[in-house]
Amino acid sequence: MIRLQDVRKTFGQQEVLKGISSTFHPGKVNMIIGASGSGKSVLMKAMVGLHPITSGHIFYGDTDLANINETDRLSLRRKIGMLFQNSALFDSMTVEENVLFPLNMFTQESKSQKLERVNFCLERVGLINTNKKFPSEISGGMKKRVGIARAIVLNPAFLFVDEPNSGLDPLTSILIDELIKEITEEYQMTTLVNTHDMNSVMEIGDHIVYIYKGEKCWEGDKNAILTTDNEILNNFVFATNFLKDFKQRRN
Amino acid sequence: MLTGFFFHFGRYTLLLKSMWKRPENGAIYWQETMRQMVSLGVGSLVIVFIISVFMGAVTTVQTAYQLVSGFIPRSIIGSIVSDSSILELAPTITSLVLAGKIGSNMASEIGTMRVTEQIDALEIMGVNAPGYLLMPRIVSALIMVPLLIMLSTALCIGGGILAGHLSGIIESSVFIDGARSTFKAFNVGFAMSKAITYGFMISSISCYQGYYTEGGALEVGKSSTKAVVFSCILILLSDYVLAQLIL
Repeated sequence: MIRLQDVRKTFGQQEVLKGISSTFHPGKVNMIIGASGSGKSVLMKAMVGLHPITSGHIFYGDTDLANINETDRLSLRRKIGMLFQNSALFDSMTVEENVLFPLNMFTQESKSQKLERVNFCLERVGLINTNKKFPSEISGGMKKRVGIARAIVLNPAFLFVDEPNSGLDPLTSILIDELIKEITEEYQMTTLVNTHDMNSVMEIGDHIVYIYKGEKCWEGDKNAILTTDNEILNNFVFATNFLKDFKQRRN
Repeated sequence: MLTGFFFHFGRYTLLLKSMWKRPENGAIYWQETMRQMVSLGVGSLVIVFIISVFMGAVTTVQTAYQLVSGFIPRSIIGSIVSDSSILELAPTITSLVLAGKIGSNMASEIGTMRVTEQIDALEIMGVNAPGYLLMPRIVSALIMVPLLIMLSTALCIGGGILAGHLSGIIESSVFIDGARSTFKAFNVGFAMSKAITYGFMISSISCYQGYYTEGGALEVGKSSTKAVVFSCILILLSDYVLAQLIL
């Protein structure tokens, strides 16, 4: 479980996160949604410790991220997997080496055991016969899958996914969404997905937090999002003409 | 400007300090160091060979051109070319060229990793990113730059002998006699101390520029340029300081 308590973050004079509090449970796909520039990426980077927060608390279980020593921070980070918006695969390594990298760094298993685990993870995300390819030789959707395989290879307790569908066609987006949902339930991870893709939200979102100008504007599940009276959220959710029409019919 | 200098110097020092943490897996760091040594050392052989041979050849021809008096023995050309190769040409000129090749490579490689979030990925995994990215590069530069400079010195003198012989300016044996007559082992030690200093400067400054790149492709290019410019300026500055202090 991850709990945010009055999280604030400022860059210079600009307050980007304005006291966000929420709780994210294991086995659920928790989604942080919001328009571009609303602060959701900053929130995610703050949660994984890449941006130190200005005030507030981020609890991983009972551990407060702001008050742990360097050793505990490193050990916590090994329980975190993250898929970046552009996958962030290491260009100089093959697909296999990318997924193998965390195992090589942090485990003492034999080479064959590590390779077995790598192949298991790659098969789990639906990638076969790509082990020896370099990131530049595979498609955007495949890169995302490799990113997911690398993120789950150490059996993390927490999975962070930043804009999983950016740059993907609708069909591949659905496959990636389903994969995130499946592995979250399978491994009972606390998964946080950062997105502004409403299709994803409606497909896989269990718990949704809407961020508007650095503040938590709304929180609930995907059924409630369609019936809420929150005007700001409605403007975001029903932004397209198709959905505006849906909203009029609903009303 | 002074504030900027202290800001960058402080951040550079802190980055180097953060490198000194126990490696997560020593074998991986070792492999990466070997990979960097091959890339840096073997990858620079051709350019070092070309510039060194031509430096020696041109120095021989120009020294002979300036020695018009019949009272000066021709063997002095060998002395001048070999001493200037050991003391200045090989260490400094080769390092300036290496700053362009290795420095831009390191800065752009690490800079690209930064802007494509690969460094963030390392940090989230719990890897000490400065240690994993900087340490192998700096260690390999500390080993390979002196080796390349030793090779460059030999090639520079060899180029001088070849040019002297082919153009009929000086016989090889006379050149070698001249070179041996003024040879001092201390000069080689001085050249190596320069090489180690330059190797550290090129690698650490370039890694620093790459590590703190912000933005996109344009900024990676800027970091790469800054890495080369600052490395070259500091090589020339430290060349003077070392000469003043040691000689």
